Amino acid sequence: MSAAEAVPLKKPKSIGKILLQVLLILVAVTQIYPLIWLAFFSLKDNSEIFSGDVAGFPKHFLWSNYTKALSEGHILTYFFNSVLVTAVSILLVLILSAMTGYAITRMNWKLSNLTMTIILLGMMVPIHAALLPLFMVLKNAGLLNTYWALIIPYVAFGIPMAVFILGSFFKGVPRELEEAAVIDGCGIYRTFFSIILPLVRPAVSTVAIFTFLSCWNELMFAVTFINKESYQTLTVGMMSMVGTYITQWGIIGAGLMITTIPTILIYLLLNKQVQQSMIAGAIKG
Amino acid sequence: MNSVFSNKTAIAIFVLPTFLIFSAIVLVPIFVSSYYSLLDWNGIGKGVYVGFHNYAEMFTDSRALHSIRNSLLFAAASIFIQLPISLVLALILASNVKGEGFYRTVYFIPVLISTVVIAQLWSKIYNADYGLLNSLLESVGLSSLVQDWLGQKKTALIASFIPTLWQYIGYHMLLMYAGARSISADIFEVAKIDGASRVRTAFLITIPLMRPILKVCLVFSVIGAFKVFDLIYVLTGGGPFFTTEVPSTLMYTSIFDAFRYGYGSAISVFIIAECLLFTLIINKFFKTE
Repeated sequence: MSAAEAVPLKKPKSIGKILLQVLLILVAVTQIYPLIWLAFFSLKDNSEIFSGDVAGFPKHFLWSNYTKALSEGHILTYFFNSVLVTAVSILLVLILSAMTGYAITRMNWKLSNLTMTIILLGMMVPIHAALLPLFMVLKNAGLLNTYWALIIPYVAFGIPMAVFILGSFFKGVPRELEEAAVIDGCGIYRTFFSIILPLVRPAVSTVAIFTFLSCWNELMFAVTFINKESYQTLTVGMMSMVGTYITQWGIIGAGLMITTIPTILIYLLLNKQVQQSMIAGAIKG
Repeated sequence: MNSVFSNKTAIAIFVLPTFLIFSAIVLVPIFVSSYYSLLDWNGIGKGVYVGFHNYAEMFTDSRALHSIRNSLLFAAASIFIQLPISLVLALILASNVKGEGFYRTVYFIPVLISTVVIAQLWSKIYNADYGLLNSLLESVGLSSLVQDWLGQKKTALIASFIPTLWQYIGYHMLLMYAGARSISADIFEVAKIDGASRVRTAFLITIPLMRPILKVCLVFSVIGAFKVFDLIYVLTGGGPFFTTEVPSTLMYTSIFDAFRYGYGSAISVFIIAECLLFTLIINKFFKTE
């Protein structure tokens, strides 16, 4: 095709393309600017925020907002609690769901289908339904204001999705691998832990990401089962911090940033994986 | 060989701990909540059996009815505002535009952020004196529109819908994008040869073939609207004057502020029933049509 032919053909198309790009950029700005604005005001002091220039780039980077949030605002405690609760929950969800998903999809027993159906029903149960009964049980067991008060419910509610995702990966593993392992003298435990489990690593990371997001961001259980500051996680801690520092936007902003940064880092490092796990979590069977 | 894979002890070790935790924490509480909902009980001592009185109260009390109406409005806003925006974005991004991966990554960021952070952030955006929204309105000469968005009855409900609609646009966009991408390229090739325009192709081919994922998005957005708690709890607490109250915040305050355990449980049972009912309706709708 010569250049003379190409030009008139190309022009109307490129105008459309430019308009499309403008639209996409506008949407990108509305989706991301509030967060950039948060990063900006987390570095400002009150006089700059309240003097009318609330939207713009900070004149001086006021890192002391962050150190104040960490030291005076107990953010370090909340952060540690969130990391601990989330990490233990992920680990337990993975161990329990991998074993169960394997036994349901690859081992021979009568009630395997029924068990799967019951567990998958759990995906439809809103946590609201469990709030009060769990509160009563934890209260009577003396577990309120402990890490277990969060870890146990997070694990239980994380199980259905995890069993579903891991189970569907186990289904795809060729039978021959298991048979070869058994012929070589592996028992069921070795076959599972050292042969099969390493093969479903992508599913393991999918489940880990999914569980991370739901535990790290959870509020309703955290606000109900914990009221001692030393056990509060970031979501609840942020609420009390906002109450304490009502007018000091900079410090609140720093706290919100500290809550958000781990998630953003994981997303920047693993954004394809994260998107994949959100899709895997939605498309069941 | 078979004996290894039907080893009863191994099956028990693999399944029982999971099943026990799951049953005790997820399944049994539904029945316990249903039982509580038949009681007049303040959490101390024994509850008095009152039959369906709590449910009767819920369906006659104007505050409860208002919260249910809000959750239905919220679901409608998700269906008619959020999902169409997500669909348009998904279709554009699935059609090989430049920078597709970048836009997808950016649009998805709000989905990952804790609702508590989102709610705090938007409460600052809406702040009557120094908020981003009012500053923007002033800077473009629309000072007449400057107002206390969350503090007055007139605007509070809409203002509290927007952050959730905003946050999950990227989620539905991603699911729909995955759905559109999974359609075979051959079909589009044929449409192109037949001279179908892009918009025509979208309406006649892409969207009909995306039905399974559209159903998933519809179910998620409706159920998400019925379950919404964090955002309202942090942003307005249901105020001003219960304007923005939804069933889950009403449930929470009934139980933990008013100590009406039976009434709060009735609301929680209602939320489960509402979610199940609408899931069934949507499934039915997609089957028959």
